[in-house]
Amino acid sequence: MRSLFLLLWRNNFTLLFLLLWSLSLILVIRNNNFQQVSVFNSTNKVVASVLESVNYVKEYINLKENNASLARENSNLKSMLPDTWYAKQALRTMVNDTVKSQQYSYITARVINNSVNRRSNYLTLDKGSMQGIRKDMGVISSAGVVGIVKDVSDHYCTVMSVLHKNTRISTRFKKNNYFGSLVWDGADSREATLLEVAKHVKFTIGDTLVTTVYSAIFPEGILVGTVKHSEIKAGDNFYKITVSLSTNFSNLSHVYIVDNLLKAEQQELESNTVSQDDN
Amino acid sequence: MITELISFFVRFLVLLAVQVVVLNNIQFSGFINPFVYIMFIMMLPVRIPNSLLLVIAFLTGLVVDMFSNTMGMHAAACVFMAFTRPSILRIMAPRDGYEAESSPSIRQLGFTWFLIYASALTFTHHLMLFYMEVFRFSEFFATLLRVVLSVVATVTTIMISQYLFGKPANEK
Repeated sequence: MRSLFLLLWRNNFTLLFLLLWSLSLILVIRNNNFQQVSVFNSTNKVVASVLESVNYVKEYINLKENNASLARENSNLKSMLPDTWYAKQALRTMVNDTVKSQQYSYITARVINNSVNRRSNYLTLDKGSMQGIRKDMGVISSAGVVGIVKDVSDHYCTVMSVLHKNTRISTRFKKNNYFGSLVWDGADSREATLLEVAKHVKFTIGDTLVTTVYSAIFPEGILVGTVKHSEIKAGDNFYKITVSLSTNFSNLSHVYIVDNLLKAEQQELESNTVSQDDN
Repeated sequence: MITELISFFVRFLVLLAVQVVVLNNIQFSGFINPFVYIMFIMMLPVRIPNSLLLVIAFLTGLVVDMFSNTMGMHAAACVFMAFTRPSILRIMAPRDGYEAESSPSIRQLGFTWFLIYASALTFTHHLMLFYMEVFRFSEFFATLLRVVLSVVATVTTIMISQYLFGKPANEK
């Protein structure tokens, strides 16, 4: 015992050093986050590395199962995306007025399929009979006339665009009401031809062309395009006017479907008149 | 003896103030900071009891730690430095031993002697301090570079302040 004390006494310097130094070390570890964390990390390092390699093998064994469950989860999540849902109701504004009755109602639609490079081009819109879309409704965009609804399913409709060989749109000059028929010759998606404008009509390059109300498809005065150039053959009574279309068909995304609320009445009346003539 | 104590205490306060207020805010290119306060421990009398030296070093380091928010690091470094100090003093002892009452300084022991003495002690201190701060060996050489550069900075500062704050020559 005496020799132990002697040993301690002889080495008191070293012992005191070790004591104070350990004390500082404890202070460092207790008060500094980084050192604290890294001490615990290094003590756990061996255990962690073993667990990690076990896990590595495990993951491979369960890979197939995991993939399947991930794919299932993916499809679940995808079906929750807003793009997946189809809106059953279309926004449509009806105005009640006792003096005037509303003639046109507009339904917004999204273009989900489109072409401009064929001879007969169609658009597909995301609104159908569920939203009250019927055959022969007009379709316009913010820039101008687009086409006429051709076929309707529950959720979709196809639109015969202006760029179609059978489309004829009754078009007039904005400034003087002379009208003609707009057709497409299949050459350029930015141009169409206006036929049946009589020889005596005065117009200039750049005149604005708008729809007429005659067909009961489009409202009066929807922009069609402007006169680009015109020609008239010798001995012919009608101009052939090249029109630059105001609608850019190659980047259409949102359009309006025009519902003419009085169309049935107009057509019924007109067919009565015609059939009476026939009798 | 009393005047001795007072002068040590004043030196302690001045060095600490310089360290905490000025030098702790200096970082040349994020690598070098001089720790001039350790000059206080270097300049304690040669005949000071070793245990007292350790305790003083510990307290000095602790005070610096409090101010620089590095609890324990400077204390550990200072204790380590104080631990090596007697050995270094013994190795570097002049042929006829140290004068009684003498404390290591340029004026008493010469420029070269003090340069070597300061460099050795600063190195032990900085080695401990920087590795304590980094606390891993993966950056061993980067840390060593920091140690060496900081030693140069600290020793330079200490040598200059030896001339600025040292006692008047007539005391020798």
